[in-house]
Amino acid sequence: MNIVVCVKQVPDTATERKLRSDDSTIDRSANGVINELCEYAVEDALKLKEAHGGEVTVLTMGPDQATDAIRKALAMGADKAVHLSDEALHGSDALSTSYALSQALKKIGFDVVILGSESTDARTGMLAAMLAERLGVPQLTLASKIEVDGSAISIHRQTDYGYDKVEATLPAVVSVVEKPDPFKPRYPSFKGIMAAKKKPIEKIGVADAEIDPAQIGLAAAWSVVSDFTAAPPRGKGVVVNDEGDGGTKAAEFLVSKKFI
Amino acid sequence: MDLLNLDDRLTEDQRLVRDTAQGFVRDHVLPDVATWFEEGTFPARELGPVLGSLGMLGMHLSGYGCAGLDATSYGVACRELEAGDSGLRSFVSVQGSLAMFPIWKYGSAELKEEWLPALAAGTAIGCFGLTEPDHGSDPANMKTFAKQDPSGDWILNGSKMWITNGSVADVAVVWAQTDGGIRGFVVPTSSPGFSAPLIHRKLSLRASVTSSLYFDDVRVPASSVLDVVGLKGPLSCLSEARFGILWGVVGAGRACFEAALEYAKTRVQFGKPIAGFQLTQEKLAWMAVALGQAGLTALHLGALKDAGVLRPQQVSFGKLANVRAALDVAREARSVLGANGVTLEYPVIRHMNNLESVLTYEGTQEIHTLVLGEALTGVAAYR
Ligand SMILES: Cc1cc2nc3c(=O)[nH]c(=O)nc-3n(C[C@H](O)[C@H](O)[C@H](O)COP(=O)(O)OP(=O)(O)OC[C@H]3O[C@@H](n4cnc5c(N)ncnc54)[C@H](O)[C@@H]3O)c2cc1C
Repeated sequence: MNIVVCVKQVPDTATERKLRSDDSTIDRSANGVINELCEYAVEDALKLKEAHGGEVTVLTMGPDQATDAIRKALAMGADKAVHLSDEALHGSDALSTSYALSQALKKIGFDVVILGSESTDARTGMLAAMLAERLGVPQLTLASKIEVDGSAISIHRQTDYGYDKVEATLPAVVSVVEKPDPFKPRYPSFKGIMAAKKKPIEKIGVADAEIDPAQIGLAAAWSVVSDFTAAPPRGKGVVVNDEGDGGTKAAEFLVSKKFI
Repeated sequence: MDLLNLDDRLTEDQRLVRDTAQGFVRDHVLPDVATWFEEGTFPARELGPVLGSLGMLGMHLSGYGCAGLDATSYGVACRELEAGDSGLRSFVSVQGSLAMFPIWKYGSAELKEEWLPALAAGTAIGCFGLTEPDHGSDPANMKTFAKQDPSGDWILNGSKMWITNGSVADVAVVWAQTDGGIRGFVVPTSSPGFSAPLIHRKLSLRASVTSSLYFDDVRVPASSVLDVVGLKGPLSCLSEARFGILWGVVGAGRACFEAALEYAKTRVQFGKPIAGFQLTQEKLAWMAVALGQAGLTALHLGALKDAGVLRPQQVSFGKLANVRAALDVAREARSVLGANGVTLEYPVIRHMNNLESVLTYEGTQEIHTLVLGEALTGVAAYR
């Protein structure tokens, strides 16, 4: 099975994240790390490969220096990587990113594309749906479990009442969510880290993927950041003094906030 | 909280090594280590295979299932493991640098095949016997003796003390006098006449197995002797392990500093967080400086080792300076936590007590001071 995982390098959530003052795009000069949900996507891809054979290709779109995410995915066990990098892509919004990635995916070829359901930087959560639409294949979003049987693919999507089982035929696009412990992404072993050094990373530009420059970048973006301000510092919170009626007061507070 | 951003100097791969070691400690060590310390146990059999599957055993060696990391990566991994506990790092140091390294460097092809893959996988455990009850800093005068009989077998007699992993080991690398100088022997712990009782009542490195080794006519084949003669054999192993220590203690110190910083920001006295008092800030600033300097020393020595030019006295410099710094940081951090600083609810006193062992083993502070004294003056002052 030909599995492609899309991974994104994002600014470390542990550090202060900023927008650039010149064009309001995300400042990517800070420490880059692999987006957490992308690690789950890599893990799911590796599990599929372990069960059904085939190859896992990592696809990332990001500036030249955004290689930490690729390295991590390769060290976890992916076989090879394609790095789509081009000045012209800077400032692309979700719509143009989905276009650029879909062009790259057409070039790479795939049975299944797996990606995290959102990234910790832009958090649009729309890429999987857009990609599926552009590629003309089914989308199975917010998967907590993926199963493949021949050309049939099914996922579990967690709901309030249990889970939905969503089925489709390959090729397809799957987006995955965070999962609890035994399904957490593996850490790269030291041997995996060393092996990753020898795995091929193919760098491609806009022309290689036959991407129309008019449909990408800041100029082509459908969404614009018109203004932004820093979030106000968190307020002090409400202190309830327990004078025998603490429980009632706490409950009243929760009711006033529509929690109960 | 690293004011110098030292980790920006690491490569992508070295950062991955760091993250894997950190993840392992977070998931497999921190939840239980206070209990291990309190009970005086270390789950070597359970953790061994996990450490092995991640490539942490003999990580800086090549072949035989070893990962083949560069020296700086090895250091970074030790730093993160020791941020968990010095006992954990000791387990990994002893296995990789003191048991696997001599077999890898001085062992016959058969010895390597027999032991290295299993030790790398963590399905077998190794220990290193140099120190004796009456000979610690002065191992040249050791009493354990190996005599070759006419069949070619070697017969070992004597005892070792303070041997990490001794009671849980499958194989011991034992250094003994022979008629031709000090030699190393690879001794299966199942050999008749070998015993390794646990040393009890330690108040330091409690999450680590420490044992005595007794050899009562232990017979090993001629093929188990290592191809090195004299003290340079064990000293070359110690140099590898000490390199891991001078990185490791930076992790232990950092864990103490982080605990103190967090505590200072949340503990309120006289109506404000104690972090707001100048005396506390002086402690925190000083700890950050000490750790930054120790981290720089480690990075520099890592670069020298990767360039293949690291000298033993430079390792002594690092061990002396960094263990001292980490222990001072731990004590300062302990004071910031007040009464909470003396309980196992916080990691600080555990690290502080551990570091007392780290100060002593692998060459005491005094011995490393004399190494530097000799390097500076050309005069050896050991005796
Ligand atoms: C928890 C733990 C684990 C250990 N694990 C191992 C292991 O796995 N394998 C192993 O072989 N050993 C191990 N050791 C032993 C350790 O390496 C020795 O304890 C160390 O070398 C010091 O020896 P000693 O305790 O006999 O002290 P001594 O050598 O008796 O020293 C006592 C004091 O005298 C000082 N001193 C000695 N000579 C001089 C001198 N010439 N000038 C000035 N001061 C001097 C020392 O610095 C020290 O302060 C371990 C020790 C501990 C505590």
